[in-house]
Amino acid sequence: MATVTQSRDIEFLKEQARTVRIEILKMLAQAGSGHTGGSLSAADIVTALYFYKMQHRPDNPKWPERDRFILSKGHAAPLLYTVLALTGYFDKSLLGTLRKTGSPLQGHPSSKMLQGIEVSTGSLGQGLSIANGMALGLRLDDSHSRVYCLLGDGEIQEGQVWEAAMTAGHYALDNLCAFVDLNSLQIDGRCEDVMKIDPVAEKWKAFNWHIFEIDGHNMEEIVNTLDEAEKIKGKPSVILAKTIKGKGVSIFEGKVQYHGLAPTKEELEIALKELGENGK
Amino acid sequence: MGSREEKSAVESQSFAGQAVATRDAYGAALTELGKRNEKIVVLDADLSGSTKTAKFAKAFPDRFFNMGISEQDMVGTAGGLSLAGKIPFASTFAIFETGRAWEQIRQTICYSRLNVKLVATHAGITVGEDGASHQALEDVALMRVLPEMVVIVPSDGFETKQVIDTIADYKGPVYVRLGRAKVPAVMPADYKFRIGKAYKFHIGRDVNIIANGIMVSAALQARELLSKEGIDAGVINMSTVKPLDTEILLDAAKNTELIVTAEEHSIIGGLGGAVAEFLSEYHPIPVKRIGTRDTFGGSGKPDELLKLYGLTAEDIVKTIKLALGS
Repeated sequence: MATVTQSRDIEFLKEQARTVRIEILKMLAQAGSGHTGGSLSAADIVTALYFYKMQHRPDNPKWPERDRFILSKGHAAPLLYTVLALTGYFDKSLLGTLRKTGSPLQGHPSSKMLQGIEVSTGSLGQGLSIANGMALGLRLDDSHSRVYCLLGDGEIQEGQVWEAAMTAGHYALDNLCAFVDLNSLQIDGRCEDVMKIDPVAEKWKAFNWHIFEIDGHNMEEIVNTLDEAEKIKGKPSVILAKTIKGKGVSIFEGKVQYHGLAPTKEELEIALKELGENGK
Repeated sequence: MGSREEKSAVESQSFAGQAVATRDAYGAALTELGKRNEKIVVLDADLSGSTKTAKFAKAFPDRFFNMGISEQDMVGTAGGLSLAGKIPFASTFAIFETGRAWEQIRQTICYSRLNVKLVATHAGITVGEDGASHQALEDVALMRVLPEMVVIVPSDGFETKQVIDTIADYKGPVYVRLGRAKVPAVMPADYKFRIGKAYKFHIGRDVNIIANGIMVSAALQARELLSKEGIDAGVINMSTVKPLDTEILLDAAKNTELIVTAEEHSIIGGLGGAVAEFLSEYHPIPVKRIGTRDTFGGSGKPDELLKLYGLTAEDIVKTIKLALGS
């Protein structure tokens, strides 16, 4: 299998993110169900991780020196699958089997079924604890590997997230970097109506984390912040990324109903046109 | 010099023939294991003095992680440590470990089949004075229902020591249920624990008692009492509840007309449940289950509670005589 081409070039990364969005929408439309909004909102972040920042070897998924990524918001599985396929973990044709009986591309990621998935997720609130454990274990071995963890904003309503936040602060896990995908929406509506999570930055600060607040769709900012986060010592870092749910396709952007809805054939056509699929 | 030798003799003890709380055997076994194997790491949720992981913490402070009072996070962190190649043992009281963190155990540990050892202490009513809130009578049921999980309930200190050594070499999730109170030694000195292998003290002609944990001792006493009345009762230590040793169970069932299970746990979903489920499908014969009966525990002295909840040798005798109509 091909080894991933990585670059810090912003135009290259933006182009990768565009491709990632196109593939996400195609696979979701084919599956007929799945989580569109939250896959698109975090697409730029995860693209930056896999196509630039993370040390990883798609031809050797268990390479001991790799950086780790935990998708705590497991419902964004289509995003992770797409990035894994495009970086060469498995054949792209597998994307068409999303959510189908017997497919390794389960509705939520299963590490036993698909290489490249570090751990199964899907039940919200559990990923950060796992990331902490990995970071602790890697530190015991004096490893230089870093651990990245992506959480949703609705997800931080789970109590375990704050237990884990306390743990990472207590153990000063500076080999850990978390993202919160602040797209402001959850299944039942706006986060601020369902269960207020604000003030988010103050909360993480109070749990002894170093805070970065960025535009989660500005590739340059994402890349710069990832570099900065690596320099923070004695504390875990959290990148609070302001995003738009459904980002990249006007008919999905900011629409709560597309949290868990896949695009129809007609919607896919509109989406692909907007993303310039046929133009390039 | 003399005291140092004495100390190392204590630390390499096997606990054979020794009355000791299984949690004490755990603390000692874990610390010894830590010396032999650098991959062993230990987590606790602010109960290390009680679960006896404090002994490990003192010997290997860098490999011990106190997670504070947060069982869910402890289980997840243990999962992460296993993914980094460590062999984590995570301990707290049985009800908090299996109850509070059940979904974390399901989603993070079992679904990904992570190499995490959940070793809980303070199971059953022999917790004593702390009462119902701290007495797990449902933990075996909660763990047994999970795919990939191995469930072990050792009977004494000697067996516990072997269980801890054995599970460190086994790859996959394991739940071990230990107690607070001192228990008599029951296993013979030549006993070798193996996962999924029950130990038969004896196969009876009239009845076979399938027990585990502290109830093995009670079953052996019951066998003595019954023999005086001409009833031949066999005793089997089914320390691994999952996977169940169905071979020994079938053998026991085919040789008698009655099977009695005995456990310091609810009769719903634990050892009694497992045995009844299996026999009803593969060799239906009468099964009587001794355990707590759809109820919570309570405060009191362990011995008094065992009487109150019907978990003594006399209770086993009574149940058997009633069932046999003698």
